[in-house]
Amino acid sequence: MKTIYLDNNATTQVAPEVVEAMLPYFTELYGNASSMHTFGGQVHGRIEVARAQVADLIGAEPDEIIFTGCGSESDNTALMSAVECNPAKRHVITTRVEHSAILNFCKHLAGKGYRVTFLPVDTLGRLNMDALLESLDDQTAVVSIMYANNETGVIFPVEEIGKLLRARGILFHVDAVQAAGKIPMNLKELPVDMISLSGHKLHAPKGIGVLYVRKGTRFCPYLIGGHQERGRRAGTENVASIIGLGKACEMAKKELARGTAPLAALRDKLEAALLKSCPDAVVNGDRENRLPNTTSISFEYVEGEAILLRLNEYGICASSGSACTSGSLQPSHVLRAMGIPYTAVHGSVRFSLSSYNRQSEIDRVIEVLPPIIKELRSYSPFGRDKFEQYCRIDAARAD
Amino acid sequence: MWEYTDKVKEYFLKPKNVGEVENPDAVGEVGSIICGDALKLSLKVDKATNRIVDAKFQTFGCASAIASSSALTELVKGKTLDEASKITNQDIAGYLGGLPDEKMHCSVMGMEALEDAILKYKGEKKILRPEENIICKCFDVSEEKIRKTAVENNLKTVEQITHYTKAGGGCGMCVPEIEQILKDVWSISEIKERPVEKKKLTNIQRMALIQDVLEREIRPKLKADGGDLDLVDIDGSRVIVGLRGMCVDCPSCDMTIKGIEARLQEVTGQDITVVTE
Repeated sequence: MKTIYLDNNATTQVAPEVVEAMLPYFTELYGNASSMHTFGGQVHGRIEVARAQVADLIGAEPDEIIFTGCGSESDNTALMSAVECNPAKRHVITTRVEHSAILNFCKHLAGKGYRVTFLPVDTLGRLNMDALLESLDDQTAVVSIMYANNETGVIFPVEEIGKLLRARGILFHVDAVQAAGKIPMNLKELPVDMISLSGHKLHAPKGIGVLYVRKGTRFCPYLIGGHQERGRRAGTENVASIIGLGKACEMAKKELARGTAPLAALRDKLEAALLKSCPDAVVNGDRENRLPNTTSISFEYVEGEAILLRLNEYGICASSGSACTSGSLQPSHVLRAMGIPYTAVHGSVRFSLSSYNRQSEIDRVIEVLPPIIKELRSYSPFGRDKFEQYCRIDAARAD
Repeated sequence: MWEYTDKVKEYFLKPKNVGEVENPDAVGEVGSIICGDALKLSLKVDKATNRIVDAKFQTFGCASAIASSSALTELVKGKTLDEASKITNQDIAGYLGGLPDEKMHCSVMGMEALEDAILKYKGEKKILRPEENIICKCFDVSEEKIRKTAVENNLKTVEQITHYTKAGGGCGMCVPEIEQILKDVWSISEIKERPVEKKKLTNIQRMALIQDVLEREIRPKLKADGGDLDLVDIDGSRVIVGLRGMCVDCPSCDMTIKGIEARLQEVTGQDITVVTE
């Protein structure tokens, strides 16, 4: 059975060109970039090429790029550096819909006595800018806000927030793991101090991340040891993955130059067809302002894991925000923060496409999913007709 | 990705007995759409023999919830009500060749729906007694259910209780209470483990013990949720603490304080009160 992979916000296929670029660094070019001999030293030059390729994708200078082990390391490093460099400031601001690398690190900081503000979002997943303004004070060490949300694809107004913060001299970190390579980004114009990226979300391998630190921003390293990455991140370079990431960024830049309209059109086709053929289905998040590859659709009265496992029978890969798929008993923190009703949260399915997806794959999903929803709904004790009475029961229980 | 048995997959992909029995003699309902799974079981009972002649289910839930419900209907068909009332969640899980630990609550849901149906058939409608002590407010789980599930399934840890009943799987505030219940249920082994603490303590010993319990048990738990506390003073049997981090604004901080108090009373064997600064 052919796999139809529509879970690209979880991870992506490593591009064949990326694999090809990496292979020599496992075989003949295995030297250590820090060595004095030519054999090792030549690797250093190749790393610098990759650094320039990464910088080019986001409009940065090469020496503003630090290679890390993953997106989570970049996120942790950014926040750790921000609070260490500003020891007098004990307040951190983030949002309720961040990735766990930010959320849990902020909870960790709260445990150490920091004041942490978790900003709310509205029902479309948009940031409450008034709440952001109100929460800023002279104790604020850093504001960390994601560029685009992994579950809904909703894009936050990073530029607007950046201008507000720059005017107040507050450090701004952006988790751009889901946005990089999917939408254009130019740090020459974007008022952001630090940005996190992850390789495996843009067709590079897993285990490589990037932290961009704007020139002039005070920085305290997280991993301390050797002088790699100009002393900002110790540890022998993951050479092959760095080369791969460079190649992937170069390809992403070309892809972005071609435009994301075809990808968005494919996503829109999928979304429109599913909404048309499945009653009581809704799109989660602000459809005007989101990544071109992502759609989160809630199918009421059915549960997400059941939908995913039925899709799995057809080789179709997607993900869900339901409790049974979250690894805990609580459904998606993102959809709950948006105030999406529980009925819809449990039945949410996220499709995230890549430029590798074809029309025929989307057509296949449009063909097989509606009958799955219909069948699972026929098992469900809930439904449009019976639903109101259950709402009343649940409301009574909640009281 | 859950490791489901072939039998679970079979009963999920092609479930048997979906729907509602026509003119049912008994209907059992558990769960809610908020909790993420719900089951409605309907039975046809032969009045003369008290035998279940037909059973159907409607389930909102994940693959293992659907499979467990379907397995339940297969298990009860042909049984008398007395025989059916002996079916446990273990029987349901066993019928499916086992369920992942994290999914055992699906089998418990099946057993509860059956209990509910049989009670209703007998006219002993189960009502939530006002004095019933709800421990987990996120998933509406009572102390009685936690005790019963712990004993029937030989569960010793909070994590197991969460897998089987969901209790403690939401905000986590009830975890200390679940620990208390488990200690109470399995109290025999507990006494063996901690005989020393039953001795009369000196003032210094008591203070050291309180400090130790706060440091090693309480603070790590609070920190896991972004909170913390400082021991400010011990004045006789009054322990004064300062809440830190997320605990400061936590609406459940009174519950937390009560939980700490109960734990300190237990280890010291003295009437400790905990107050905030």
